[in-house]
Amino acid sequence: MSAEKLEMRAGESADIVLRGVTALDPVAGIDGAHDVVVRGGEIAELAAPGAASAEGLEEIDAAGLHAFPAFFDPHVHLRTPGQEHKEDIETGSRSAAAGGYCGVLAMANTDPPVSTPADVEALLADARAAASVRVGFLATVTRGMAGEELTEMASLREAGAVGFSDDGLPLRSARVLRRALQYQRLCGGTIALHEEDPELSGAGVMHEGPVSAVLGLEGIPSVSESTMIARDAALAGYEGGRIHVQHLSAAESVEAVRAAKAAGVRISCEASPHHLCLTDEEVRSLDPKRFKMNPPLRSEADRLALIDGLIDGTIECIATDHAPHAAEEKEVPFEQAAMGVTGLETAFAALHTDLVLPGVLDLGLLIERLAGGAAPFDIERPSLAAGSEANIALCDLSARWTVGEEGYESRSANSWCSGRELTGRVQMTLAGGQVAYRLRSFSMGVAA
Amino acid sequence: MRHLLSIGDLSKAEIEAILDRAESFAEVGRRDIKKVPTLRGRTVVTLFYEASTRTSSSFELAAKRLSADLVSVKAAGSSVDKGESLKDTVATLSAYDPAAIVLRHPYAGAAQLVADWTEAAVVNAGDGKHEHPSQALLDVYTLRRRLGSLEGKRIWIVGDVLHSRVARSNLIAFGAMGAELTVCGPPALIPRGLEQLGCRVEHSLERLGEAEVIYALRLQRERMSESFVPSIREYAAHFQIDSRRLGRRQILMHPGPVNRGIELSGEVIDSPQSLIAEQVASGLVVRMAILYELLAAGDEKPAPAIGNGATRATPIGQPA
Repeated sequence: MSAEKLEMRAGESADIVLRGVTALDPVAGIDGAHDVVVRGGEIAELAAPGAASAEGLEEIDAAGLHAFPAFFDPHVHLRTPGQEHKEDIETGSRSAAAGGYCGVLAMANTDPPVSTPADVEALLADARAAASVRVGFLATVTRGMAGEELTEMASLREAGAVGFSDDGLPLRSARVLRRALQYQRLCGGTIALHEEDPELSGAGVMHEGPVSAVLGLEGIPSVSESTMIARDAALAGYEGGRIHVQHLSAAESVEAVRAAKAAGVRISCEASPHHLCLTDEEVRSLDPKRFKMNPPLRSEADRLALIDGLIDGTIECIATDHAPHAAEEKEVPFEQAAMGVTGLETAFAALHTDLVLPGVLDLGLLIERLAGGAAPFDIERPSLAAGSEANIALCDLSARWTVGEEGYESRSANSWCSGRELTGRVQMTLAGGQVAYRLRSFSMGVAA
Repeated sequence: MRHLLSIGDLSKAEIEAILDRAESFAEVGRRDIKKVPTLRGRTVVTLFYEASTRTSSSFELAAKRLSADLVSVKAAGSSVDKGESLKDTVATLSAYDPAAIVLRHPYAGAAQLVADWTEAAVVNAGDGKHEHPSQALLDVYTLRRRLGSLEGKRIWIVGDVLHSRVARSNLIAFGAMGAELTVCGPPALIPRGLEQLGCRVEHSLERLGEAEVIYALRLQRERMSESFVPSIREYAAHFQIDSRRLGRRQILMHPGPVNRGIELSGEVIDSPQSLIAEQVASGLVVRMAILYELLAAGDEKPAPAIGNGATRATPIGQPA
């Protein structure tokens, strides 16, 4: 799948035929009923429905189901090393597989942060031992995420770091980011930025607006994000560097990225399902388990601006910012609770339910954006085209299910979808040519 | 009423029912024996994570006047100091099977969380900068006694609205009772978007003369170091209610404790227009009424068909 270094557990290559499945991959120009034949972990053929030979293959009656290129998430927190009570590579990658993902990029704000080549090598070895899907690792931009001195970026790249990010914290110093962008010319590796001005965010815990006014919670103004994006886009333009803006939340931010792209800056960005589906109105419940994250849920106008950005391509990908937390870190008053929600297992279903079914977003565009997180990091995009490695999300678009309070593949249960009824569910995931996930209730016949 | 978490949960009629009940407790308060047996044998826990004089003492005295057993827990010196979580503390106190838990907490939504964790009725005695519903009830009670009705009355809330749970609850309560509301203060201390609560925003006292009621808020000295206001002197020059600004027919209120010489000048605190002392007195009877509504009022509703021996509520006319 990739020129970059992503690892997963080696296993049996898939030999499967998805009989009569509706295959949809807008980038490869595939749309229609096919027999999708996977041999030795590769997509061997897309045949007319009923035409493919099932010899030596597990045959799955997939009429009425959809096959998409599996999704790629450039922003997850696997909490290893140091916070394995929240998540680890095994549970986090299983959670990704259950959501239809074939690959993820893990953030470096672990405990301690991923700042040395040895850290990266150890994590890649863990992924080889335990990961259900391909996992790549970002290293921090600054040592220990202190925001002061650069990490040994070139050695980190040689050890396999896909890119760099101090995600969780902004790079407060423009000088530090400038030096990192200069050094990037030597070592490559996209720099992913958590954009927030700590001076403006203060001790804020939610979006600043009428809802925070009523709740008496300190607000994080939209300009805390957008002013930093404007600053960093200017720096990237000046140094010719390449940046990826993480988790856009505000209308002003979409505008800032759009302006930077128009000016020729090498900038990409992502939006998260919760920002595309929810607004700060949810915070009236004062439920931090589902509705406290950073950046915060913002206004309806912001949500609509993100959707517009997704449609016009300003925002090229959807990233979950999957952020597992233990129950006791969320069973406290809103202001004291940890920031972040899990999202891998529900991303597709939630976006399908909230945006595709009401006609806001085209299904093909959603699929394109869910796999769009690979390109900003020079990772090969998952594809259904014949000859590609088998990375497939098999989905039942009519399956209705209620997301539970528990029962996740993730070790944590702080899902923003908890308690919601969703329509559309991943039935099976092929990742790296292997079967990474099967929904337990999904039975299938095996051909002789 | 199962809990008192937010003043927004109460209708105008429910607010008035509590105030009417408070009136009858005021009558009890004028007797020699000020205690009634209503909550005999039942336990009220007050759990205070923040310093408080008025609210804690009036809830404690209210519980005692209703003959409840009182357990009073302050975070300082308790197992909270040893790192116990709110959830675990509540579980511990719930083992005493309290009828009510009165909670003061520095963070928004704490009372609502506690309500999910205990069988007891929960009273929000202040959660962060969010709400202070019993203060709003006692303020409406105090004003109703003076004015008869709040309908159409022009009330100005002046000062640090941003950091004030009293302002938030009072805007909701005064609004529910039909008052016309204006908030006034320096721009950085008025939360963005507050107009959606149905009030007008002013940044000058120029039109203060139109107000029938002036409700001043406390300004903490540390707001200066956080650049919300350049100096206390400049704040006082623009926003202090003093005898020059307070009209003779205007009513002055303040939730206490007052910073003399900052938001109020010394002479207006003790002026005839000031209801500040009455607010404190109202606090006791209104909090008795709140405990009564939560713990005893339901008992009298279903008229006992056979006998009434099981009825817990004793008519409040009867001294214990």
